[in-house]
Amino acid sequence: MLLVLGRRLANVIPTLLAVVALVFLLFSVLPGSFISGMNEDGRSTIDPAVMERMRKEMGLDDPLVERFAKYVAATATGDLGTSFRTREPVTKMLAGRIWPSLKLVLAAMVFAILVGVTLGFLAALKPGSLIDTAAMVGAISGLSLSQFWFGLMLMYLFALKLQWLPSFGYGDGGLRNLILPAIALGVGPMALLARTTRAAVLDVLNADFVRTARSKGMSERRVVEWHVLRNALVLVITIVGLQFGSLMGQAVVVEKLFAWPGVGSLMVDSVFQRDMPTVQGCILMIVLFFLVINTLVDIAYVVIDPRIRYR
Amino acid sequence: MRKLAWLAAAAIAVMGAGAADAQQTPRKGGTLRMTAPYAASFGSLDPHVTPRAQDDIVGKSLNRTLYNWNTAANKLELELAKSVAVSADGLTYTYKLRDDAFFHNGRKMTADDVIFSFTRIMDGSKGYPGARYVRLIKGAVDVEKGAAKEISGLKKIDDFTLEMTITDRVDPGYYFFGGSTAILPKEEVEKGNYASNPVGLGPFKFKEHIPGSRVVMERFDKFYKPGKPYLDKLEVLIMAEAAARDVAFRNKEIDTSILGPAQYVAYRADPQLSKGILEVAEMFTRSMHMNLGSIKPFQDKRVRQAINYAIDSNLIISRLVKDKAYRATSWLPPSSAAFDKTMKPYPYDPEKAKKLLAEAGFPNGFEFEWTTSQNESWGLPIVEAVIPMLAKVGIKAKPKLVEVTVLTELLMKGDHQALIASSLTGPDSLATLRCYYSKTPRTACNYTGFNNADFDKLLDDAAQEGDMAKRDEILKKANNLLYDEAPVWFFNYNKAVLAFQPWVHGLQANPTEITHQYPEDIWVDASSPAK
Repeated sequence: MLLVLGRRLANVIPTLLAVVALVFLLFSVLPGSFISGMNEDGRSTIDPAVMERMRKEMGLDDPLVERFAKYVAATATGDLGTSFRTREPVTKMLAGRIWPSLKLVLAAMVFAILVGVTLGFLAALKPGSLIDTAAMVGAISGLSLSQFWFGLMLMYLFALKLQWLPSFGYGDGGLRNLILPAIALGVGPMALLARTTRAAVLDVLNADFVRTARSKGMSERRVVEWHVLRNALVLVITIVGLQFGSLMGQAVVVEKLFAWPGVGSLMVDSVFQRDMPTVQGCILMIVLFFLVINTLVDIAYVVIDPRIRYR
Repeated sequence: MRKLAWLAAAAIAVMGAGAADAQQTPRKGGTLRMTAPYAASFGSLDPHVTPRAQDDIVGKSLNRTLYNWNTAANKLELELAKSVAVSADGLTYTYKLRDDAFFHNGRKMTADDVIFSFTRIMDGSKGYPGARYVRLIKGAVDVEKGAAKEISGLKKIDDFTLEMTITDRVDPGYYFFGGSTAILPKEEVEKGNYASNPVGLGPFKFKEHIPGSRVVMERFDKFYKPGKPYLDKLEVLIMAEAAARDVAFRNKEIDTSILGPAQYVAYRADPQLSKGILEVAEMFTRSMHMNLGSIKPFQDKRVRQAINYAIDSNLIISRLVKDKAYRATSWLPPSSAAFDKTMKPYPYDPEKAKKLLAEAGFPNGFEFEWTTSQNESWGLPIVEAVIPMLAKVGIKAKPKLVEVTVLTELLMKGDHQALIASSLTGPDSLATLRCYYSKTPRTACNYTGFNNADFDKLLDDAAQEGDMAKRDEILKKANNLLYDEAPVWFFNYNKAVLAFQPWVHGLQANPTEITHQYPEDIWVDASSPAK
């Protein structure tokens, strides 16, 4: 187990470095600079001489490699720099956004797993039935839906028409405000999980060891609980892990639509203002989250299926 | 005619709302839920740090400046001073500051706070946006360059008397009414966490900020205007998505909402929603800047005029912008005192355009690159509509798409042939027209590289004129000259539209930015559902 953890962690650092390097490179070729974030009413508010001084003090005139090295060194000590836009430490800005983001992603994943896995499982147990057809039509629709459109429809139905839930905002951070954005964000993974679970369960149901279990006289319920579920779970967990890990980055549209104060909306705002330290901090956070989730998934494989060993 | 009709309609709408409010006694208490529509977050609650309109929505509640904009009177007025005496040369202003203005920490404001705030803004290592305005004060630039620690043009006579010497004969009100020059208490700023715990002079004090979601403020009982503010609580909710704002507004979860062109059409058509619409011609002019030095055709006035004649601006405003704009006549907006009300916009006349092009030596037209953003009211959709109109007279425009945030940088670099943008054109007409003064560098705002001796002379004369009415007359001539020279395609003035719920009263049709409300004048009646 420790070996698995060690190997995974060893992969995290070069991945992070590669991502940060890529972001650096992208921002160096994009038009616009920190000055874009300091304009007012279509005019620059900074005296050109002051601007030059600031560029120098911020080290923006240094060669890209030198700036990158400085950034990596500072990041290693937990210093993600200061936002061009707010003049506040990026770590402080991120700190206020992580918990709302985690809440949204967790809630979306809970929704996706509960609905998606259940639907997929039921569909697989009765292939070709009405429930199978309905579940798969739902899954394909869920995969094709635009988050923005689906979110608006949820607002329209549950807030405006039924008046059950608030249409937007963080409120007191409670469940009432979380439900709609979580469903809007979770519908894609839910659909994918439903399809994957169905395929995985069907695959296992036709496996030799299941036939053997049945021929031994084991009850169908016991076959499903002991053999099918456990074996199908490996594939399902892979999809859960991948979806869960990437959900924080995917939440941008939902966060903006529902005015949810997560990392995604902070990143988008910062990209438009060319607030590079904040963008880098947000990307770092999203990538880190993805890597942590993937590491946990790898560990989960070993726990669920002892046949899996990493060399 | 269409524009005048709209202006009249807007004036009636605003006056109607005002008259109805005047008949009612403002109710004390209640909560107002305003929206911040321009981004998914606030930049900072430290007003000196941020140049953004989004942040000043909160700033108007928490902070106060030396002057403010009186929407009803359509002029600037003293806010933190009771009176001001101006020297004969028009360069020294002696302010009698308010002796009843308290910061939210309970301390009374004095002249030291004004000096501290302006000196802080001029810290050259920080690049604070308000420096653009404070540079007007004598010696401020020295502080910015690090050559002095104090602004020599600011002198404290006593706790409530401040002498300010400026370098230019202008009305300092135009410079010191924006949020980026707010007066802050030194002791709170020096604690180092001002943006997290702002302490200002405004009618509401800070209670809570959830970044990316909302700012909540409570009534400040020691605010200097008797009986104000009326509201107990003010929430500014971040809502960057127009479609989501629409649902929330219809669901009565928010009290005000900025409308885009599509919603404007829907709200005007709705019998209920149309009763709560506040409109104003904001001081923003949308135009295509022609970089006069970039290609030869743009150097000829006749070509620039031809472009103005070749485009059916009224058609674009009605079909694409859904009438959520007023046709631009010239550079200055109609709310400017120097706007010539007799002036007519360039008519749509492609034949005249062709004739002018032929006279200028371009009978077969020419080609240029047109830089644009995606903006729905003054970006790519407009450019795409104009291209076939220009093609009719032989001009081929090739669009080049960039992000809206980099437009200003491109303008400053002059790295464009033509560029469509929305520019602040008020309230200071002199400062606005100086963007076409030949000595104004491109990095400041002379984005077209305009150079005209007659225009320069008029601006020099205006700057020397102490009588403001006479100055406006001179500026009117300068604006008319600019109309004739046409360094830009005069497209439209923004019509800002704010939807409000029926229980909200006292909103102001602020032409400098409609979301910038002075919240001490706003009240909600008992039908408000907000707790």
